[in-house]
Amino acid sequence: MKPDVSSSGPPLVELKGISKRYGELLANDGIDLTIAPGEIHALLGENGAGKSTLVKILYGVIEPTAGEILWEGRPVSIASPVEARALGIGMVFQHFSLFDELTVAENIAVALSDEWTLSTVRSRLGEISHAYGLALEPDRAVWTLSAGERQRIEIVRCLLQNPRLLILDEPTSVLTPQEAEHLFITLNKLSADGCSILYISHKLEEVRRLCRNATILRGGRVVATIDPRESSAREIAALMVGNEVGEVRTSARQGTKGEMLRVEHLSMAPGSLHGQALADINLVARAGEIVGIAGVAGNGQTELFAALSGERLSDQAGAVIISGKACGSAGVDDRRRLGAAFVPEERLGHAAAPTHRLSENTLISHATTEVSRTGFIVLSAAKRLARSIVKTFDVRTPETDPQARKLSGGNLQKFVIGREIIRKPKLLIVDQPTWGVDAGAARLIRQALVDLAGEGSAVVVISQDLDELFEVADRMAVIHHGRLSSLKPINEWTKEAIGLEMLGVAQTQGTVHAL
Amino acid sequence: MRFELTPRASVSPVVRALAPVAAFITAFLIAGLVIWLMGRSPVAAFQVYVSQPLSDPWALQELLVKATPLALIAIGLAYCFRANFWNIGAEGQYVVGAVLGSWLALKTHGTEAGFWVLPVMLLLGILGGALYGLIPAFLKTRFGVNEILTSLMLVYVAQLTLDYLVRGPWRDPKGFNFPQSVTFDPSATLPPVLEAGRVHYGAVFAAVAVLVTAVVLGRTLFGYRLRLTGDAPRAARFAGFSTKATTLAVFAISGGLAGLAGIAEVSGQIGQLQPSISPGYGFTAITVAFLGRLNPIGILVAALVVALTFIGGESAQIMLKLPLDLTQAFQGILLLCVLAADALVSYRVRLISRGVAK
Ligand SMILES: Nc1ncnc2c1ncn2[C@@H]1O[C@H](COP(=O)(O)OP(=O)(O)OP(=O)(O)O)[C@@H](O)[C@H]1O
Ligand SMILES: [Mg+2]
Repeated sequence: MKPDVSSSGPPLVELKGISKRYGELLANDGIDLTIAPGEIHALLGENGAGKSTLVKILYGVIEPTAGEILWEGRPVSIASPVEARALGIGMVFQHFSLFDELTVAENIAVALSDEWTLSTVRSRLGEISHAYGLALEPDRAVWTLSAGERQRIEIVRCLLQNPRLLILDEPTSVLTPQEAEHLFITLNKLSADGCSILYISHKLEEVRRLCRNATILRGGRVVATIDPRESSAREIAALMVGNEVGEVRTSARQGTKGEMLRVEHLSMAPGSLHGQALADINLVARAGEIVGIAGVAGNGQTELFAALSGERLSDQAGAVIISGKACGSAGVDDRRRLGAAFVPEERLGHAAAPTHRLSENTLISHATTEVSRTGFIVLSAAKRLARSIVKTFDVRTPETDPQARKLSGGNLQKFVIGREIIRKPKLLIVDQPTWGVDAGAARLIRQALVDLAGEGSAVVVISQDLDELFEVADRMAVIHHGRLSSLKPINEWTKEAIGLEMLGVAQTQGTVHAL
Repeated sequence: MRFELTPRASVSPVVRALAPVAAFITAFLIAGLVIWLMGRSPVAAFQVYVSQPLSDPWALQELLVKATPLALIAIGLAYCFRANFWNIGAEGQYVVGAVLGSWLALKTHGTEAGFWVLPVMLLLGILGGALYGLIPAFLKTRFGVNEILTSLMLVYVAQLTLDYLVRGPWRDPKGFNFPQSVTFDPSATLPPVLEAGRVHYGAVFAAVAVLVTAVVLGRTLFGYRLRLTGDAPRAARFAGFSTKATTLAVFAISGGLAGLAGIAEVSGQIGQLQPSISPGYGFTAITVAFLGRLNPIGILVAALVVALTFIGGESAQIMLKLPLDLTQAFQGILLLCVLAADALVSYRVRLISRGVAK
């Protein structure tokens, strides 16, 4: 099937027989891909299929083992991102590449060529954010921003350079529906202006709306090139995985109702000048249930997670009660000892150390178990633990006990979730559990959460993905501007009610906090 | 035109192990060139620097004596550097350890104080170094002051304090006005390991420090904590490791070991306080730590090698009339070569000429 009929000239870019070998593993295996000017082309595939590897090759980050790249019909070798940018290629990575300590404007300026001064960045930033509805404050430090906001920086950074090909590696996985909507308008505008887009996503519905061509990878190979509008999301998913994706089973709940987590009047000043303050948060999670917390990124989810995990301490011990013990001012370790477990939003750098092996990464949350109970590390136990996480949670690794950074995004997510669930925590708090995870793995993770609750643990899921919350949660609340709405059974929520809460409209009706 | 470093996909452990050897050979070649440009024979210099010390038993002992403080300090620095904290002030911690330990030696001078003097002196040395190391750590955790600057500046404070003491209150009244203290009593002197030998018990301390550190860094949660703090600070906080506590701990450890080196050197080697008690051990130990790749056994080897350049430098000064500064220059060249070799092993260098992609 020819990619785009509307274009008469040569394709903008053509990949021929691209292969990439990592030791034993062929991450890309003879991939052909053609993108016409102005085309929005989707690149699909399950976790570890080789999507990120392919676009990193195109962007000059990694060198292909074999294959050829034609740019407007001419063979080119793209040895570095600098050269890719000189050609007119822009890329938004799956994992962010921002300096935490610098401001938004500084982060953009350092990545651009020398002609860009802070003041030109600042003024163009205003225009671009306005034109494409990507709101950004130039002077905020990046570390105060949520994942969604960070991603906006990366997108805007590319747009500032007027790219001819924009590569987006899972851009919407951390965006809210509204933000995603804006992004699609942006992308369609760009495409109309002749900019081609290579779009990686696990959300098939949005791919079907946005793209006319899709290349599907499985195990590093192209298995199909299709027009996604002509197939259903189910059919596409089946092509990606090789079989059909099932639904999450609700498991029989045991009738325990013990209170595992109680948050009482938790207020916290923002961790930084621009952070989100938490205001009088009340929340209860009982054994055997999943509590969902919905909300648009940047409304205090990160702060709430930090307050629950103990990465930030409250001066009121009674603000956070885990298993009946007041521990608002106790650290992460003490809370883990009480049977709590945590999975933060960012897997690389926060949940896991990129350059450490999986076995070493188990130490991050298993230090008090047999892996290192005495203060000495039992390496064999750590290896065994990593192996059993990999096995139980179907983590696909390129070698035995690889460094965390060598896992594909979705596989690392399975690992960090598995690392906590395997401890059989009595309370699990997870932030964005299926960010950037393929349909099959998302199902596996949600199933694991449901099963954990079924076995009598309390689970708190902070997520932007409403469909996910409706699928797994028993009760739900919405966070907005650091305030939490009342916690209601999931079937009492309508999408409209949630929308109002997310916009903060419902807040004026008073703060009644159901327990 | 410019250079660009791209990470290599995989590096064989053999190549990684050979890198320091290649770095050494390169450093010797560069140093040889410099000596040749100065109109001396590089071959003769090599003999004086390397062959002679290694074939002479007296010089071999001297080698151990010089390697002792280097190894002790560098081992301590490994704790800091692994956690990505930059203690550049080991020289100052060394001096303060020596001063505090010596205080007891001078206090008990001429009295019949017993065997307890020496152990307490050593403890005071450790304590002095640790407390002095905690100053930059405290300033960093409390006020966010850069530890590189404070630890370095505190070196000069320590050195000038020592200078003041030996010229003023602690000067030996019968010392013909020389700026030095009295000679320590036998009860305040660190004895040689072998009778009539030159190697004092500091060498044993260094060996113990190497072994203990090898276990701590490689096999304990505390060791992992340092690596995690260095490699992924957010993950370290998530693991429940307080950055504050880690900072204080590593500075106390490295300061303590530097202080031990200081008091051991003064009581085992010099025998009294004088304005200069170190040819820059605290700074050279930074080279040693990196030369040994922050690995305890590696540091031991590196300390011996660098000690060789000290001894070689001294005899080269006497026999070839080469300036002593050449020793420091050589140590600098060696560090650069090692760092370059490390970089070349992990990265591929590419020459990028502008406008390629036009
Ligand atoms: N540096 C590396 N060394 C070894 N193997 C690697 C490395 N980087 C990636 N891999 C492996 O290559 C395969 C493809 O990874 P890639 O990141 O391209 O997957 P992906 O399709 O982007 O998946 P996801 O949807 O989870 O992000 C995976 O099996 C991964 O483990
Ligand atoms: Mg990927």
